[in-house]
Amino acid sequence: MSFLRRRKGTDSSKSQNLRCNIVKEDEKNNLYESPRKESYNSKKWSCWDSCCWFIGFVCSVWWFLLLLYNTMPASIPQYVTEAIKGPLTDPPGVKLRKEGLTVNHPVVFVPGIVTGGLELWEGHQCAEGLFRKRLWGGSFGELYKRPLCWAQHMSLDNETGLDPPGIRVRPVSGLVAADYFAAGYFVWAVLIANLAQIGYEEKTMYMAAYDWRLSFQNTEVRDQTLSRIKSNIELMVATNGGKKVVVVPHSMGVLYFLHFMKWVEAPPPMGGGGGSEWCAKHIKAVMNIGGPFLGVPKSVSGLFSVEARDIAIARTFAPGFLDKDVFGLQTFQHLMRMTRTWDSTMSMIPKGGETIWGGLDWSPEGSSFNCGAKTLRNNSINNTDQIPNINLANMKNVNYGRIISFGKDVAEAHSSKIERVDLLDSMKADMLANLTNCDIWIEYHDIGDHRIKAVADYKVYTAGSILDLLHFVSPKLMARGGAHFSYGIADNLDDPKYQHYKYWSNPLETKLPDAPDMEIYSMYGVGIPTERAYVYKVTTATDCSIPFQIDTSAEGGSEDSCLKGGVFSADGDETVPVLSAGLMAAKGWRGKTRFNPSGIPAYIREYSHAPPANLLEGRGTQSGAHVDIMGNFALIEDVIRVAAGATGKELGGDHVYSDIFKWAERINLQL
Amino acid sequence: MASNFLRLRKPYYVESTINCSSSSDQKPVNLSFGINETRNQTKKRQAKEHHGRRSCLDSCCWVTGYLCTTWWLLLFLYHCCLPFTVGHEVPELMPAARLKREGLKGIHPVVLVPGIVTGGLELWEGKPCADGLFRKRLWGGGGFTQLLKRPLCWLEHLSLHNETGLDPPGIRVRPVPGLFGADYSAPGYFVWDVLVKNLAKIGYEGKNLHMAAYDWRLSFQNTEVRDCALSKLKSKIELMYRANGNKKVVVVPHSMGVAYFLHFLKWVETPPPMGGGGGPGWCAEHIKAIVNIGPSFLGVPKAVSNILSAEGKDVAYFRAMAPGVLDSGTLGLRALEHVMRVSRTWDSVVSLMPKGGETIWGNMDWSPEDEHVCEFSKKRYFRFSPSDNNVNNSDAKQVFRVKDPVKYGRIISFGKAASVLHSSQLPTTVLKEILHMSASRNFNSSCGEAWTEYDEMSRESIRKIGAADKAYTATTLFDLLHFVAPKMMNRAEAHFSHGIADNLEDPKYNHYKYWSNPLEMKLPDAPNMEIYCSYGVGIPTERSNVYKLSPSNKCKHIPYQIDTLVDEEDGSCLKSGVYFADGDESVPVLSAGFMCAKGWKGRTRFNPSGINTYVREYQSKPPTSGIKSTVHVDIMGNIALIEDILRVAAGATGEEIGGDKIYSDILRMSERINLQL
Repeated sequence: MSFLRRRKGTDSSKSQNLRCNIVKEDEKNNLYESPRKESYNSKKWSCWDSCCWFIGFVCSVWWFLLLLYNTMPASIPQYVTEAIKGPLTDPPGVKLRKEGLTVNHPVVFVPGIVTGGLELWEGHQCAEGLFRKRLWGGSFGELYKRPLCWAQHMSLDNETGLDPPGIRVRPVSGLVAADYFAAGYFVWAVLIANLAQIGYEEKTMYMAAYDWRLSFQNTEVRDQTLSRIKSNIELMVATNGGKKVVVVPHSMGVLYFLHFMKWVEAPPPMGGGGGSEWCAKHIKAVMNIGGPFLGVPKSVSGLFSVEARDIAIARTFAPGFLDKDVFGLQTFQHLMRMTRTWDSTMSMIPKGGETIWGGLDWSPEGSSFNCGAKTLRNNSINNTDQIPNINLANMKNVNYGRIISFGKDVAEAHSSKIERVDLLDSMKADMLANLTNCDIWIEYHDIGDHRIKAVADYKVYTAGSILDLLHFVSPKLMARGGAHFSYGIADNLDDPKYQHYKYWSNPLETKLPDAPDMEIYSMYGVGIPTERAYVYKVTTATDCSIPFQIDTSAEGGSEDSCLKGGVFSADGDETVPVLSAGLMAAKGWRGKTRFNPSGIPAYIREYSHAPPANLLEGRGTQSGAHVDIMGNFALIEDVIRVAAGATGKELGGDHVYSDIFKWAERINLQL
Repeated sequence: MASNFLRLRKPYYVESTINCSSSSDQKPVNLSFGINETRNQTKKRQAKEHHGRRSCLDSCCWVTGYLCTTWWLLLFLYHCCLPFTVGHEVPELMPAARLKREGLKGIHPVVLVPGIVTGGLELWEGKPCADGLFRKRLWGGGGFTQLLKRPLCWLEHLSLHNETGLDPPGIRVRPVPGLFGADYSAPGYFVWDVLVKNLAKIGYEGKNLHMAAYDWRLSFQNTEVRDCALSKLKSKIELMYRANGNKKVVVVPHSMGVAYFLHFLKWVETPPPMGGGGGPGWCAEHIKAIVNIGPSFLGVPKAVSNILSAEGKDVAYFRAMAPGVLDSGTLGLRALEHVMRVSRTWDSVVSLMPKGGETIWGNMDWSPEDEHVCEFSKKRYFRFSPSDNNVNNSDAKQVFRVKDPVKYGRIISFGKAASVLHSSQLPTTVLKEILHMSASRNFNSSCGEAWTEYDEMSRESIRKIGAADKAYTATTLFDLLHFVAPKMMNRAEAHFSHGIADNLEDPKYNHYKYWSNPLEMKLPDAPNMEIYCSYGVGIPTERSNVYKLSPSNKCKHIPYQIDTLVDEEDGSCLKSGVYFADGDESVPVLSAGFMCAKGWKGRTRFNPSGINTYVREYQSKPPTSGIKSTVHVDIMGNIALIEDILRVAAGATGEEIGGDKIYSDILRMSERINLQL
């Protein structure tokens, strides 16, 4: 139908003529009919013939149009766009080339979760013929052809978090690893193309592809990925005349690179042994795009019930597919089983607990975020005071701090009115799980009904108690994850325990390297409602299903409400809330703090979301959405300018639309 | 789903089949309503057709539909049945499967070095005619479709700069990195893929398997100047060595990659700025073995014919890939001229020219292969005792039924007579005189824009050079090429050398132009390293050519041609103007095996530390199917070769896999070559 709509827009004259066409057509038919009727009378058209005719007709028309399309000069789409929208602006690469910018600093890309391609190196019988073919990324053809086999190969070992026996799935290397996620769905391709315009090429660009399913330290253990990145950065600095690299991590790659910066300076065997000056010597700037520094709430719902709106983008791609019954009735169970073997998803559980994400009755965003996205940009001036503004009726105090609450009434009531049964008590109560005979093994089947009830009785979970919840419902997963990630706030960063790698990817438990000339940018989109907290319910379905579900019936009532379909939204880029992306640069690392002892300058660059104006624009050049922002011209321009040698001051310093600084003030974080 | 599809189709249908003049006074009709109406009408019309009316168009549609349906059905069946058929073949195709059961596991990291033309090239910056090809392949993979779509644009982008041998202004074409760079050179035409699959079976993956892709059009040192390719390779090898528990790497170069890696060996130990600064122990520390496949150590004669007339049988695979394209007039009538123009900007071709001159390749009346039997169908290898090295042994003559030894030494001869007569009967070569005479080159301005360098030569000197009864050996050849292609040779002389060193201690040999010539460089000081020469034998291979002046004397034509009419009776070495010798179809045995068989055997001046060398020949058997093929590129799928590589990679030494394995006459040939060791 979208196609039809487009046609109406572009050539409405055609639609006027439809009736006329039909008339003419009939006349033609009549013309055919009269002279030839006798000669063909003998043969009858069977159903089979009609089918053939129809297929042939469709094919012919299709080929004909394809031919027309292919012979059409390449400039036509551009011409049409220009006719509609007026002259196009030059892509940033072309524009900056005219300004005389050229290659200066080598650029390193660090892709995020799910955007990097994975290919098969060794598999079971069912994956015959897929050697070095992409299992993840590309067309996802195998997912449709042999879903169970695919899920089996994409899973990791449940105990070790490494390869299951007999299966080796490895990241695709090189720029092709993450330039396009699926055919036509760009991730890095636009940025690469624009960098190439000012002269970048293979020797000055490097895609630090890693297996995004593994915990960060395990990428080194299994694939020596961190060593590879170190060696490649050293090589690029050496072959480009000592010019330091500009690192551009995206999404989870931001955490991965934080981990890398600690790893590379730590002494072996745990670290890379680069010495304490490595970062200062090799890195000019780290330009984090959409970085979930403090985690994302949707990872919780992902782990809890695989229902994150799009943490695995898979849903965006094939929403119908997941909900329908391709796997039988157990799509979600399979998905949960697979994603729960991926340690990396645990790197994005909200960090910093209630201090950062808010308690039962308090949250940094609390009252000052207007969920009616349309008026979002103007009201930041009105709400400079911290007291909820009564004039704005829709600005109800939302309890964002309650990341998971069971029932809508619970989500909105004051904490003193909620009756809670302590989780730990019920943990002791019944340790005997009734063993069910489910085909699909997930940890929920081990824990029994009693505990499920206990989970629901606790009613409300904040960022702190969410960890208890996850430990409670999936002890194995969290035990594995606990060895690789940590979610707290350090009291004393000089404590020797913080030299362990599990703290390296948590910005609240690490010190930035000693590199005062380095720069850190937080670049992210704003102006899109982003998942921040959930309303859950207990499902009443059969034994073998996932016992919890987002209560999609929970609605906020008015149109501007922050609660929609069981999800409380806050400002962000559709995946990462502003709080997570911006807080470190706005407060934690601003100036000389204990997290940033050498005073590395940190800049916030926000990009206000503007959806694409029409279909011809594709995914837009001013988008602020988590992945689409990689095609945002303003962001690309910033990256290219820094790569060509500009500093944060020259770019214009901070560039803020959201209330991040106000929120940062409310957070009581010892610096 | 189907109905949805239908609804989308309809507007197309209406629009594309019937054209109606617009009536402006008509009221706008609601679109969806219009479509519904169309559907009804079409249904009615189709209903009418059931009554037995058929137009020509309908029949066409019916046929197309019928064919499509059948095709899809067959395709569906094929895909359904495929797993079963493949399942049966796989174990046989996979020597690794067997070796894995033996308990073999990959230990040493493996580096693959592709040869000329097998690596993919992609576009990074181009002229407007190449719009939309950014980061698309121009060479390899699907890149050749561009050759058909926009041939001139394609050729322009693949050319290098005529003076510098680097990028022309405004064009950046770069090698495709990673394993994708050279696993297939065209869809379905594997190069490294089979080997990679087998290596993966015994545990190899991205972290211990690396493809050292480089731009094979550039001279070797220029790959470092432009792309830092040598630095990258060094860093990669060091990384793999460290990351895999200090296990040395096994390097597997193929074809020209062999010369490239020789260059690397010298480069890496030379101090900067010219070299990589790895220090004298680098190779000893990092490299376990070099398994050279189809090595062109001493060059290949077909490179000469390629430069002279762009007619090399397949050094650039041009012909093999698209024989029709070159011979028919797709690019106008000058396909070969275009090819020559492009390939003459590629410095790397010069690296393949025969090295070692007359000492190695033979002179006017002598060549190391003199006793070669050309009857390949009945080929038999006779074993001679080492003492039996008298050339004029009458017994040998009888055995071989050859009236006169073929004069392979004359790599280029004009006219058949020049290729067979004894040198005393030939007029003395007077190339120098010609050079003198035409020192004042009179430009033939009638040709307008100079296409190939031939256009800058006077007609007269072209005729003098190509006069009948002239022959050129591997030494005098260079005078000829200097004369016909002065720019290219001048450019290339700065990067390659083709002589034999008298004194390797001479400091001039520290220059990089000598590094890829095994006769002018010393192997590194790494006594524990091993060098293998693995190549196919038993296939007729170009060794020397008979040329003629091309009939047309017009401008912009290549004045010389291989005289394809020259032929002899069956069992002769001469076929269509080409003398064949033993080899793997591209590289003669002499070039592939000599260094391992003699030049580096034991402790020689070329191999001062006594690195062990092994000759591994793979004999072509009559049913040369895929897995036993020994042809230059197809040998990469040869199971015997793959097994050897796997065993070496799993830690075996040359002795353990059986030492030398020789079918050809390489040892005897080597003995007859009088090279000071």
